[in-house]
Parts: sequence; structure tokens; C-alpha cells
Amino acid sequence: MTTNSVNESVSLEDLGVQDKPDGPVAAAIIAGGIGAFMLGLFTILSEASAGFKALATLSSSVGTLSGKAVFTVVVWLAAWAGLHFALRNKSFDLTKALMIALVLIALGVVATIPPIFVMFAPAE
Amino acid sequence: MTLTYRETWTLVHGMIFGVIFLLGFTGGLEALYSLRPQLLTVAGVRDRVTRLRIWVVAMAVAAWGTVITGTWIVYPWYRDKAPESAKSILVADPATEMWHSFGMEWKEHVAWFSPILATVVAFIVVYYGVRIVKHEGARKAAMVLFVLAFVLAAIAGGLGALITKTSPVL
Repeated sequence: MTTNSVNESVSLEDLGVQDKPDGPVAAAIIAGGIGAFMLGLFTILSEASAGFKALATLSSSVGTLSGKAVFTVVVWLAAWAGLHFALRNKSFDLTKALMIALVLIALGVVATIPPIFVMFAPAE
Repeated sequence: MTLTYRETWTLVHGMIFGVIFLLGFTGGLEALYSLRPQLLTVAGVRDRVTRLRIWVVAMAVAAWGTVITGTWIVYPWYRDKAPESAKSILVADPATEMWHSFGMEWKEHVAWFSPILATVVAFIVVYYGVRIVKHEGARKAAMVLFVLAFVLAAIAGGLGALITKTSPVL
């Protein structure tokens, strides 16, 4: 007797739904990596460039963090929208998307560590 | 026992959103980990995914709440130029200066990774719904990003707690 084995896996048919493409999820994952990378890049830029530092000071009480945070969110959402549009009906290897995102996140995180981004400050 | 206006906001920033964030992470990670179709019935998948949605969305909302209140409400008080501000007190003493130049400088940036990653996870879960049980790669990617969002927020939260212990925003 093998019918209705407890090890039988639940299917999408059992759940009453149709599958969806992986593209939008890959877009969200890669865009998350882009957002993380941009935060690191903006952190270095505001240290290295007086012009960008002034541009990033959207609020005098918050300082450059205001611009770095806002610019990061804007670029992240724009990248997400663009990638979503490009991949919305496509399949995409999510392991590949995750690997791309993890590299970008790692670069972004490293760039926000003070001894790292301070190295980009102009010599006095 | 009373709390000042500033102490109330630091409480909202660190404790209220922090507790929701921790609960969201714990519930969400457990739900993601255990969401395997060979272990669940149809009703079990539906029930688990409903709760998973709540956990991951709660964590994302809490992460955004934490960084927004932290950046735009608490941080200006910390970095005020007045000699009695938390930053002024830290940088005035060479023994505590590193709490600002390393601790706060990293905390203010590293915290911002968390809401972005938590939002990506919330999107994955909401987009697939119950279908996520058949997308092993998506479930694993969501778990990796979820843990990363937590770890990066924990670095920010840990530094914040230690900085506040050394020089609180009053």
C-alpha cells in the first residue's frame, strides 16, 4: 500500500495555485544588493568629495547621513523597478541572484567600516 | 520614575521597534526553516505561510521604523554641537573617542542595510505566498538575507547600546 503516504509532498495543485516566474524575486534580491553597495559607495564618496558631502547634507541636523540614506533608498527602488520590469516574466537562477547580491552586500558593508572609508578622505 | 522626551524616543527607537524586530526575526526564521512540503499538509502550508507573512512584514516595518527614528529623531540629538551632547562628551575624552569615531560612525551606516534586506525577504514571501514551499532556492535565499538583515541590525543595535551606556542621549 503506497497511497496517501505521509511522505508525499504537497503540490501547487493541492494548494490550488499556479506557479509564478522567479524573475521578480531575482530582481528584488539583486536590487537589494545594489542598494547595499550604493550605501557603501555613497559613504566613500561623501568622505572623498567635498562636493558630494555638501550634496548629501540634506538636513544640517542629521548631516551627510541624511543624503546617503535617501540617495541609497532612491537608487535601490529605481534599480528594483528597472530589474522587475526587465525580469517580470522570466525565469532566473535564484542562486546566481543571491551570489550577485551577497558580493554587492559584502562590498557595501566593508565600505561603511570607518577605517575603510576614512582612507578615502583627502590628505590634509 | 519619569522619562524625558528624548529618552522616550530612544526607547521607541531601540526597544519598541527592537522587540518587534526580534520577534519578527525569530518567528520568521523558524517559519522559513520549517516550510518544507514533505513535512506539511495543505492546511499546514497555508497556516504557516500566513504566519510567515506576518513575521517578515513585521520585521521589515520594525527595521524601517528603527532607522527612520534613529536617523531623523535621535541622531541629531546625539551629534548636537553643544558641549553636553552625547557625541561632544565622547570625543572630548581620548579614552572614549573611539566610541564615536568607530562605534557611532559604523552604527549609523550599517543599520541601513537591515531594512533593505528585510524588505527583500518580505517581498519574496508575499510574492510567492504558499508557492514558496515549491521554491527551495527562494526559501533558502530568503533565509540567508533574513539572517544577514538580523546580523547587521544586531551590530548596529549592539554598538548603540554600548555607546548609550558610555554617553546617553539625555
